[in-house]
Amino acid sequence: MIALAIIIGVAAGVLSGLFGIGGGILLVPVLALVLGLDQVDAEATSLLAIIPVAAVGAWRQQGYGNLDVRTGLIVGVFAALSAIVGVALVNVLPVEAVRYAFGALMLYVAWRLGRSAISQLRADSAGAADS
Amino acid sequence: MIGIATGIFSGLFGVGGGIVLVPMLVLWIGFDERQAAATSLLAIVIAASAGAAAQLLYGNVHLVAALTVGIPAVAGVLIGTWLQQRIPVALVQLMFSGLLVVVAVLVVIR
Repeated sequence: MIALAIIIGVAAGVLSGLFGIGGGILLVPVLALVLGLDQVDAEATSLLAIIPVAAVGAWRQQGYGNLDVRTGLIVGVFAALSAIVGVALVNVLPVEAVRYAFGALMLYVAWRLGRSAISQLRADSAGAADS
Repeated sequence: MIGIATGIFSGLFGVGGGIVLVPMLVLWIGFDERQAAATSLLAIVIAASAGAAAQLLYGNVHLVAALTVGIPAVAGVLIGTWLQQRIPVALVQLMFSGLLVVVAVLVVIR
């Protein structure tokens, strides 16, 4: 069980570095299903585990010259503050309906990102063929 | 604006900030996938620290469990950031788009 948790932990870190996400998408299920924490504790514990992961990732990215420190700090502070609003909203909104809307919005964003990525890849391969 | 939207969504749906933040940095600010990932990770350090501090007060954090997954994940993030510099940004963006589809499905069906 510990070995499985370690393997999935590494995978969560790889996703985190590759995509700039925290990795909670894998860490929460591992903590809950493999290490046996309840859902609330798994989410809380995942937040603590994410801190060094994101910090090391941001530090490496700075080394690669990709980090915009000012934007990161501003966005981070506002995200931390407004998460409180989000948690409060859960208790007053029809969450079921909002969840479908959020899912649909994410699919739309996925389509836009995917479309622009594919056109870039096409342009790159056309450029490579020309040269 | 982006920070506020990120926080509200992550508080509402329990999704991490990055999954919301990275697309906004790419589509609205015009960052490429590497710059967006880098900046998102720094923002996550702050947001996760605030969240973890609050959860520590409630006594919901399991330190040993956090270390069990956190230490391997730190090793993983070194691999992930290294790998990201060697994959074309457009391909990273396409993979991210696939990840978003998976998360959209998870959010709806859970």
